[in-house]
Amino acid sequence: MDILPILSTLRRHKLTAWLLILEIALTCAIVCNAVFLIGQRLQRMDMPSGVAEHELLQIQVADVTTPSNPYARLAEDVALLRQVPGVQSVASSNQVPFGVSSSNGNIRLDPAQPERTLSATTYFGENIPQTLGTRLVSGRDLQSDDFVDVETAMKGLSTGDSKSLPHVTLITQTLAERLWPGQNSLGRLIYLTPTVGLRVVGVLDSLARPNAYDPAKAQFTMVVPLRMGANKDQSYVIRTRSEDRANVLAAAVAALKKADPDRVVTTKRSFDEVRRKFFQDDRAMAGILTGVIVALLIVTALGIVGLASFWVAQRRRTIGVRRALGATRSNILHYFQAENFVLATFGIALGMALAFGINLFLMTHYELPRLPAVYFPVGALLLWVIGQLAVLGPALRAAAVPPVVATRSV
Amino acid sequence: MFGYYLDLALRSLRRNKMLTALMVLAIALGIGASMTTLTVLHVLSGDPLPGRSDHLYYAQIDPQDIKGMDSSKEPPEQVTLIDGLNLLHAGRADHQALMSGGSVPVQPEQSSLDPFYVEARYTTADFFGMFDAPFLYGHGWTAAEGEAKARDVVIAKSLNDKLFAGTNSVGRTLRMAGVSFRVVGVLDSWQPNPHFYDLNTGSYAYGEQVFVPLQTMVELRLDRGGSTDCWGNGGGGVGNILPSNDCVWLQFWVQLDSPAKAAAYREFLVHYSLDQKALGRFQRAPNVRLPNVMQWLDYNKVVPSDVRLQNGLAFGFLLVCLVNTVGLMLAKFMRRASELGVRRALGASRRALFAQLLIESGVVGLVGGVGGLVLAMFGLWLVRQRPSDYAALAHLDLSMLFVTFVLAVLATLLAGLLPAWRACQIAPALQLKSN
Repeated sequence: MDILPILSTLRRHKLTAWLLILEIALTCAIVCNAVFLIGQRLQRMDMPSGVAEHELLQIQVADVTTPSNPYARLAEDVALLRQVPGVQSVASSNQVPFGVSSSNGNIRLDPAQPERTLSATTYFGENIPQTLGTRLVSGRDLQSDDFVDVETAMKGLSTGDSKSLPHVTLITQTLAERLWPGQNSLGRLIYLTPTVGLRVVGVLDSLARPNAYDPAKAQFTMVVPLRMGANKDQSYVIRTRSEDRANVLAAAVAALKKADPDRVVTTKRSFDEVRRKFFQDDRAMAGILTGVIVALLIVTALGIVGLASFWVAQRRRTIGVRRALGATRSNILHYFQAENFVLATFGIALGMALAFGINLFLMTHYELPRLPAVYFPVGALLLWVIGQLAVLGPALRAAAVPPVVATRSV
Repeated sequence: MFGYYLDLALRSLRRNKMLTALMVLAIALGIGASMTTLTVLHVLSGDPLPGRSDHLYYAQIDPQDIKGMDSSKEPPEQVTLIDGLNLLHAGRADHQALMSGGSVPVQPEQSSLDPFYVEARYTTADFFGMFDAPFLYGHGWTAAEGEAKARDVVIAKSLNDKLFAGTNSVGRTLRMAGVSFRVVGVLDSWQPNPHFYDLNTGSYAYGEQVFVPLQTMVELRLDRGGSTDCWGNGGGGVGNILPSNDCVWLQFWVQLDSPAKAAAYREFLVHYSLDQKALGRFQRAPNVRLPNVMQWLDYNKVVPSDVRLQNGLAFGFLLVCLVNTVGLMLAKFMRRASELGVRRALGASRRALFAQLLIESGVVGLVGGVGGLVLAMFGLWLVRQRPSDYAALAHLDLSMLFVTFVLAVLATLLAGLLPAWRACQIAPALQLKSN
């Protein structure tokens, strides 16, 4: 197929041709970036939690009046929950991965250091690694004599009595690698306050923070042996078989209510729900972006159909003459297909530059990474295919123009 | 002439239904999408207290130790209890309120209702007047009652409806967290959006059900929520222990009726910081901020970045739809070259042809605008189905309705400009000859 006649024809319809090129370019640029954004969101939604997600339940209960001994109350509740059929393990924790509400500490490696090294989340409570199902990579787990009552620790902190503070901690592999790259982290000290040095006794495979908004910091996690009392913000985390979750959750809530009908169950959910809720905006955004891509492609395709139809109608006589001079139907068909391909190619080339520009803007305003090169051919291919599909109908109509048209005057 | 051109336009649009439908659809989709996102943006970035927000300021001072808990130069976003009370008692502003949030268990008298938790605001006497909270019954507590740790409570209309069947409950007893409170006031429906005075609770669609004097909360150790930031040996507080004085967990708002007073108050905050430094409590040089409501919202970037992104996306989409319409309109006008040639030959001026074609594109814009409006309503309905906290606020208001129409007609007229001009350039003789 000779490209020169196509170009010379387009030169006679400059304005229309440029409009079509511009439309394809804009669509291409937006689609490239939108597909990239969808990829980012899906990747975020896949963020690992490090826990046995399909086997966990979270319950929060709140007392109407503060119990006289919250530690005893919590121990009773945990013992009660362990009795519920189907329960494999029970933990009490101040927070859960992706649970939003979080406790965080500023880590210093040297107590005299002026600025913090980083901020890590701190899990407080008993049986956390075992119940949540995060693996110990090295060192040991927390033992019962490591634990300190949280109120004792608070008082110790304000009076400067370091004896009543916890002395050990578990950290994740990611945090260990970030603090001491390439070195053994066991036995090293982490300072959360000028007086509390926590010795790393164990390294966990993975445990995400409740406020995992930045994937790079999602695994900056410590588990500190503080014994928490029963309170509104403390969670009971239950491990069970995934098929038993609904029954166990109902039975566990019933058992807690039975022990004290006056308290309020504020949270009862599976960990699947925790994850779904945390990433709900990402899911919605991915859906919206998909909708916009589809709508854009439809509008562009319809625009191509409209313009191509117009051109075919305008050139009926010319087509008739070409047919009369010996052009076959497929010659005519290919002509219009090639014309669309040329326009699409121009549009795509312009669109790539535009896509790059939009990405630069997003990088500065929305802290997005650079658009990987792989998205460019994807966008190009998509628009070529859409263009060819859209032009097929009008091109077939053009091919059906009989040669006799050439001899008729309108 | 207008009527005649309108008639011509309608005839022309009817002649080519497919193409007309395509243009209207493109405009409607573009307008619908951009109006949906623009309305959401408009609602979310609105002024929570129009007319008053200019006079309300958020006081920030820097009581942190010399080491610094953060490399940023900004002072902490909240105040400590001791500084908050000092500033409150100094009373240097026209009005001032110290506050924090939490949730408390309500124990209804009716045995048919189980105890339930409600969101609470612990604050001081000026809160209601400063923020223009409307009272349905009764009034707030006085500063003296607050200092006396009175067991007073102001409740929201929805809680009054639930517990007291909407009757005037002033003077009645409400049991919360095992303590009997006296209802002193009932607020009418009131929910500033964004929830500017405490953004830790979530920025939108958050409303407290009960308001309790802060000093009462401190004495009773009611549950605290929101954010607590500590430095040095500060402990965040748990159970019956309040956060230490090395922790910020309260918000302090002041009302200052003139810019001069605002400048004077800023000076006062600097002096306060210097005094505290002389006393040895503060270690850093004075670092104060006094943003007003809109500046505070801006600083906290309350409008979610996703909403801005969606708005940009929608306007990109509108642009594509417009380019599409320009192309289609051009095709349509050029196709009628012979008809236009005849009209030119019969004496119509270029200006007349131009007007006729613009009216035609205006009609497309108007119909597209109506379509866009319907689509925007549908789009906002879709937004309201989403789980985000701001979803429920997505409603079209009168000003946005007007903007939609103006945008639609303007956009289409703009899109019609180029094709109409191009069509007017046709030499009439050429068109007449070829046929």
